[in-house]
This record gives sequence, C-alpha cells and structure tokens, in this order.
Amino acid sequence: MSETVNSKVDFQTMEEILKSFDYKKSYLIAMLQKVQAIYKYLPEEAMTYIGEHVDGLSPATVFGVATFYAQFSLEPKGKYEIKVCDGTACHVRGSLPVLNAIKEKIKLEEGKFTTKDGLFTLEIVSCLGACGLAPVVVINEKVYPQMTPDAITIILDTLMKEEQ
Amino acid sequence: MTLNIDIKEEQRKAQETISQQGLRVLVCAGTGCVANGSLKVIERFKELGADVSTLTEHDKMTIVPTGCHGFCEQGVLVIIPDKHVTYVKVKETDVEEIYESHVKNNQPVERLLYTDPLSGQHVHKNEEINFYAKQTRTALANCGKINAECLEEAIAVRGYEALANVIAAGNPDAVIDEIEKSGLRGRGGGGFPTGRKWRFTAANKGGKSYVVCNGDEGDPGAFMDRSIMEGDPHKLIEGMAIAAYAIGADEGYIYVRAEYPLAIKRLRKAIADAEAKNYLGKNIMGSDFSFDLHIKEGAGAFVCGEETALIASIEGERGMPRPKPPFPANKGLFGRPTLINNVETLANVPVIMLNGADWFAQMGTETSKGTKTFALTGDVNNTGLIEVPMGTTLREIVFDIGGGMRDGKKFKAVQIGGPSGGCLTEEHLDIPMDYDNLIKAGAMVGSGGLVVMSDKTCIVEVARFFMNFTQNESCGKCVPCREGTKNMLAILQKIVDGNGTMEDLDTLEELAKNVKEGSLCGLGKTAPNPVLSTLKYFRDEYIAHIKDKKCPAGVCSKMTSYVIDPEKCKGCSKCARNCPVEAISGEIKSPFTINQDKCIKCGACIDNCPFKAIERK
Repeated sequence: MSETVNSKVDFQTMEEILKSFDYKKSYLIAMLQKVQAIYKYLPEEAMTYIGEHVDGLSPATVFGVATFYAQFSLEPKGKYEIKVCDGTACHVRGSLPVLNAIKEKIKLEEGKFTTKDGLFTLEIVSCLGACGLAPVVVINEKVYPQMTPDAITIILDTLMKEEQ
Repeated sequence: MTLNIDIKEEQRKAQETISQQGLRVLVCAGTGCVANGSLKVIERFKELGADVSTLTEHDKMTIVPTGCHGFCEQGVLVIIPDKHVTYVKVKETDVEEIYESHVKNNQPVERLLYTDPLSGQHVHKNEEINFYAKQTRTALANCGKINAECLEEAIAVRGYEALANVIAAGNPDAVIDEIEKSGLRGRGGGGFPTGRKWRFTAANKGGKSYVVCNGDEGDPGAFMDRSIMEGDPHKLIEGMAIAAYAIGADEGYIYVRAEYPLAIKRLRKAIADAEAKNYLGKNIMGSDFSFDLHIKEGAGAFVCGEETALIASIEGERGMPRPKPPFPANKGLFGRPTLINNVETLANVPVIMLNGADWFAQMGTETSKGTKTFALTGDVNNTGLIEVPMGTTLREIVFDIGGGMRDGKKFKAVQIGGPSGGCLTEEHLDIPMDYDNLIKAGAMVGSGGLVVMSDKTCIVEVARFFMNFTQNESCGKCVPCREGTKNMLAILQKIVDGNGTMEDLDTLEELAKNVKEGSLCGLGKTAPNPVLSTLKYFRDEYIAHIKDKKCPAGVCSKMTSYVIDPEKCKGCSKCARNCPVEAISGEIKSPFTINQDKCIKCGACIDNCPFKAIERK
C-alpha cells in the first residue's frame, strides 16, 4: 500500500470502533461496516489492525471476511456511488440499456468500477426491493425510479455540471 | 401468571388517542413511495393542515406516514379512510388541490383517482380497487394502515395482545400446539411446518437458546419481508417474542440485508420503543420471561439466506453454509439450539394466537394453510405486493389483481420463486397455487417473487440471467455448485450468443441433475431449477436458438438484426444521424440501408425512426 493510504488510517479512530463493539469477534462485519462508512473503503491497515487487536481473529481472517461480502470494497470508491439494480423485475423491464447508458456517459473503462477522476463508482446489485419502480438506479442512497437511458443521462449530466 | 401491564387498557387508551386525531390522512412512506417523493407530500400536507380553522367536518387533520401499501407503482399513495378514497401518483404540487377540494369541501379530485386498467374508469371507493379487493391480508394486515414508527398505533390494532395472553397463560407447550394445529409452514421458501420446527428446538430447552429471524430477503424480485419490517415492525417483534417464550429462548437476532436501510432504521426504533414499555427486555410485563433482541446487518451475500450460512454470518464469519446435521435446532448460533424463521412466518404468529389455529386453517388448501404474500412484477398492469389465500390460481393473480398484461402484450409465462424456482405457463393458469402443487409443476413458492413475462421476453435469456445470479452468489465451498453453475452458465451464454449445439442441451441437463444432487446447501440444490423448468416447457425456444440461430422473442442481440423496410422508409436520414457507429447510409428521399457488419444492435435507429420503417428480426 502506498504511503498516502497509510497516513489516512487513524489508529485512535480504529480503537474507538473496536471498543464500541467490546472487542468481540462476532461483531467483525459490523466493525468493517463502520470502517467503510468512515473511509468509503477498507484500507489494508485498518483490516490488519482489527486482525491484530481482536481476540480470535487474524489479519487473514479479517481479509477473508472482507472479500466474501459484496458490500465491502478494498479500493477507494468514487464520490458518487451508482447502484444499478439488475434484479429480475428490473432486468425484465430494461435495466441493461440503462446500465450501458451509464457506462457510456461516465466513460468507464472496461473491467473498472471507478472512473479515472474518482467521481463515479458503478455497481450492479441484484435487488433493492423496489421492484414496483423498476428499473431502479440508486445514487448515494437516493432512489431514482423508472429509469430510461435518456433519463439517467440527464441525471448524470446534472451531477457532472455541479462538479465543474 | 399476573402481569403488571393491562394490555387491553393500553389498547383502549391508544384507540382513544387515535379517535381524537380528527381526519386521518395516510401517506405511504415505504421505500418505493419515498423514492417518488412522499416525504415532500407529507410536509406539504402538514403545512396546509397547520391552520385547522378552515376545516368544516372535522376539528383537525392528522397526517400519518405509513409503511408500504404494496401498490408501489402507483406511488405516492394517499389514502383517506374516512372518505373511503385512495389517491394515486400524488405529487407535492397536487396536495393543495386534495386539501382544498376534498378535505375541506368533500369534493373528490377526479384526476388523481386510480384508473382501472380494464375498464378505463376512475375508481371512487377503496373497496372497489381490484388490486386490493381480491386480497386477504393477514401478515400485511396493518402495513399501510398504521404509522410504522409509532408503538401506540401498533397497540391500537391489538399489537402485543397475543404476547400478553401467552405469557399470562404460562403454558409454552400450548403455544407450540396451537402453531402446529394452524398448519403454518415456513414462508421463506422451504415450506417446513413451523410448529414442528418449534417443537424440535424446544426439545433442547434448558441452557441458552436463540430465536433468529431471517430477514435476508435475497431473491431478486421479492420484497414482502422488507414491507413487513418497514410497515409493521412490531408484529415481527411480537412474533419473535412469542416464539422465544414457546421454545424457552431469552435472546434473539434479526438478520437484515444491508440493502434495506429504512427497514433497519424502523426496526431499531421499534425495538427501543418496545423495550421502553417493557414489551421486550428483562422480565417482560412483570413476568419471569426475558427476551433481548438485536439487529445484525448483512453485508451483501445471497447465500446468507441459507440458515447455516446466516448463522456463520451472525457469528462474524464468512457466510458459508455448514453441513446438516447437526440442525440449528440442536446446534445453531454459537453452538446453541436455535430457531430460525423467516419474517413473514413470524408475522403470522401473533395473528394465529389472537384468532386461533382453526381460523387460520380454514384459509388455504389441504396441505397449505393460511395466506401467502407474492411480489407481483414484470409485464403486468398492477405491480406490487399482494397477499392471497393459499390455493388462489395464477389467473386470479395475474388477470384480476394484476389487472392483466401490460400494453396488451401476450401472456407467456410466470417465473415464480426467483433463482430457486421455475416457470409456470398458460397450462398452469388454473391450478390452485400451494406448496405441493407448485413442486409438482416443477416450480416452487419460494419467497413469493412472481415475475410475469410476455412473448417479448426470451426464456433462454431469463434462464441465463438466473444462472448468472446463482453463479455469482455461489460461495465456493462445495465443488458441484462452484464448478457446476459456472459450466452451466458458460453453456447458456454459448446458446444465447448463437453458438450452441444440440449436444450442449444434453450436457446442460446432466450438469443440472448433478448440481441438484451434489450440492451442500439450498442455493446449489435449487440453482438448476430455472434451467430445468424452462427446458421442460420451452424446449422449442432453446432449439430455435441452436438450430435456426433465431431468438423468437427478438431479445438476444447476437441473433437479431435491424432491417429498414424500403416501402416505409422516406429517406429522412434521421436514423443515420442517430446511429452511433455510422452503420446506416443512403441518399436523402430514397430508402436507407443498414450495414450489418458495422451494426452494434443498440436500437437507436428504431427509437428515432418517425415512420416505423425499421424492424428488429
């Protein structure tokens, strides 16, 4: 890991997180969720810290849990997290054209999830439980119902303009 | 046992408070309606209602933010029970009109009433909306009728009365007898008799044991558990407390998907409120029964819906399933006896204890009692969440409650039970839907996701879609699931790409059988179902993809081509200007042509042609 990332993790914050969960290993997932809420991803140092300071855990176990669950990211996420629902209802009502429109608009490179400028991260999720509004896109917790390629392009345009 | 809380008295007080609220205006504040702007609608109503002096019939108006009504597509929903009216697709800007016209002057706002898709008429009375009229709501009874964040409203509709009765009676075994007699079966998919599960767990009474609620509603296309947790959290909590009392547990966990932030928020508040009133926690209502309830947030893994994987996840580990036996009833969470039930199952418990097992058992079929919720989505007019007695036919659900097919499309099939389920076709429209009939038809109730598909849906693509999902979510612990799903997906991909062979179909079927038999947990055991069921009913469609290299629904892009009809084309050049890859050429005022080698099949030309001269073949 580079030094810039290293300097980001504040061990006092880490200690407070562990303390709030009583250093219990059964709260590992909740600890990682807290870490991710602060840093927007799981820095390696934070995972190592948990592995070394909680009884019954090791950095390897923590890494194992972190890589198992889709919610955790080991890379920094963009300022805007775009979640495109591709659950059955959204799929049947055309989530893929919406997804393609987003990829084109934010100019995402093949095989990447976050744009070069660090502005957008694109994720495909399987169901957000808002099936009546299909297809659904969520950007930073805000739900956009009944999306079309045109509609999402306009939304992204607005966000991009705000950033300029 | 005598309790220090008189629940009937609490109920009377709560009802009195509500009766003093004047005109109650219910505004849906479920995930769907919030996305459509219901919070702004609520704010606007509150602003207008601040000046009560202008009201004629009522002395005041109370705005009640409720949980999900199930009719998400018509959101934002505003219901005024006293006036028997439901307004649909309400926007912030419509509120003033409703207030001025209907609340103050008793004149309904016609344009905001629900329009029946079949008759094209506005529906004036709530009771006449087919979507609701044909349902029987028990688990969802209060969803959308009460303020989900208010304990008092839950009390007013008999919340915690069943728990108080059960504790006062002091006979845990009688509770298990009653649940067993009701015939309630697990609503999460498996359909295991709930009473029997309770009895197995209760047999290990003595030391520490747990009650766990499975709220990891992972099946794409299903959202009944979310609606219950958001719309009536106290019913779930009460159901868990009754279960804990019956099996002798003193601690419980609700495992909720992290994708449901609103459900988590409302459950947290509901637990805190119930604890403050001593309906949860130590020595509940002054008895010697204690029950502590915690929430565990999931982190995005479908396999955690499997009970042993869910236990591993609560323990803070990778959510991988464990071999059974030992069953959780003997050795579950932290190695202790554990009862795991799904949200909908537990929400039925207080209702059964209040109305009796016989009342519950009179609904449904011989082997499947009570009601079942279904999430109705896809190519149907009324999408949303419904609850009907077990044994209701698919025809009633799709064509009566669902209001028929959307845009006049032709009914082709229904996919039921998500990635573990199968397809039902026209021939199944009239069979009574229950656990056993659906298994016979090669499908399953599953969690209750019901996706209606038209002739514009490619069945092979749908099978590929589900296989892609299960393959992604396979945890990788056992070989048949890990490798088998991967190979099945590869074959399906080959077929939709137009490269399949007839031998591939045989390999696909053989793999499906092996994955089904050899996998460790439910995820792998059911993963091949969508493939097997579509092969059974739509083999022709697979063969069309393989032999004729054609997708009958015109979905699979590798097999479709866009062609301009020279008769209809006026040579306006609009398609050529909109083509992103310059595949269309021609001279103005004479028919244009598409270069098939360059075409990427994006469909931009079809969308832009003013003369409908382009066809997808």
